[in-house]
Amino acid sequence: MTRATRLALFAVAAAGLAVLLGAAFADLPSFGAARHPYRDAAVTSAIAHHTANVVSSVNFDTRAIDTLGEEVILLASVVGVATLLRRAEGEHQRRGASGGRVLELTKFAGYQMLGVTLLIGFDVVAHGHVTPGGGFQGGVVLATGFHLLYVAGRYGALERLRPLPAFELGEAAGATGFAGLGLAGLAVLGGYLANLWPGGSFGQLLSAGTVPLLNIAVGIEVASGVVVLLAKFLEQAIAITDGGVE
Amino acid sequence: MTSATIVAALTIVALSGTATVLTGSPSRQAVALGGFGIVLTVLFVVLQAPDVALSQLAVGTAVVPLMVLLAIRKARNIR
Amino acid sequence: MYAYVVAGWLLLVGAFGIVRSRNLIHAVVCLSVCQSSTYVLLLAIGYQSHATAPVFASTVPTRAKVVDPVVQAMTLTDIVVSATVTALLLALAIQIAKRHHTVDPDDLSSLHG
Repeated sequence: MTRATRLALFAVAAAGLAVLLGAAFADLPSFGAARHPYRDAAVTSAIAHHTANVVSSVNFDTRAIDTLGEEVILLASVVGVATLLRRAEGEHQRRGASGGRVLELTKFAGYQMLGVTLLIGFDVVAHGHVTPGGGFQGGVVLATGFHLLYVAGRYGALERLRPLPAFELGEAAGATGFAGLGLAGLAVLGGYLANLWPGGSFGQLLSAGTVPLLNIAVGIEVASGVVVLLAKFLEQAIAITDGGVE
Repeated sequence: MTSATIVAALTIVALSGTATVLTGSPSRQAVALGGFGIVLTVLFVVLQAPDVALSQLAVGTAVVPLMVLLAIRKARNIR
Repeated sequence: MYAYVVAGWLLLVGAFGIVRSRNLIHAVVCLSVCQSSTYVLLLAIGYQSHATAPVFASTVPTRAKVVDPVVQAMTLTDIVVSATVTALLLALAIQIAKRHHTVDPDDLSSLHG
């Protein structure tokens, strides 16, 4: 099929899809409408469990089983990438490969921001049940903040400070921790991933029961997973060469 | 948020998405994707979704463009 | 309604990019644009005019009107997970480049045994 034929076929299909989407959107409740039954149910349940951030309550308390599924998808994707991008036969991996020059100002700014960003990441994970944030967001902030080492320094420095087996273990530990807390809920309260002690003062750090614990488990898993992902890509792009030819 | 702000944010998102798709060179497209991510973050804040905006900011401006650039570099080195 | 139209437009534009693409990595980025159309649609469905974010604090009493938190919960996990799936697609593109020495979809038409 030539490009022209393919584009013409796409034009026909897109027109049909646009008509269907238009008809579907016309039936949706109007933008900004006041009737949201799921919102009323979720807010009531979050306040009953003393969780100030209703989105975290939905993710880790009311519908925690969906988050378990998302965690498993994340784990499977990272395992898939690690498998696809492993060093094959006939390829060499250079140890301590370093790139070009880095401006002094970039180095300085990077090293200054490294501590601040990691601290912000931990804060976002820990306060996920009180302020906007949580395990997913904080985990990604932690992982990308860690790679300021790569931006500001050399790839060799990043390699030394980033023991990959530890992060692979961390990812598995995070996923296991989440599933394990669910089993604890099953054992104590009879429901998988039930909130074990949904009390505490509203809006304080120690409230909402298992939600902060699940946040921490997800934060460990997402941070380790993203570090492993970026490590595999960096390895492929920088360190692994093709049988002696660069 | 006033509806004018929402309409403006939506329009900028649509334009940015179109620009990302129509950029030809993949390495320029990675930068355009980063810009699209930031514009989406602003839209999510305007739509009163700070959690989603945090998530999109961290992922869409740091992780995905970095992976795309590394993949482009690897594919170029191979050929 | 305009928000839904923008979501539909992003989906169609992303699909157009994938169909027209000459580079697998370009196609993966266009797929990313398609995915963000679903985020816009979900958040637009959950929005209520003159309501605030679904986080309660000392400044936001529990009686205040908030937007729908369920769609926000779905969207924020979706964003992180689809980034890892994008990584998987990019890894596949790298493997294709290694085996066939090209990332042009038009050149990858035959199945090699």
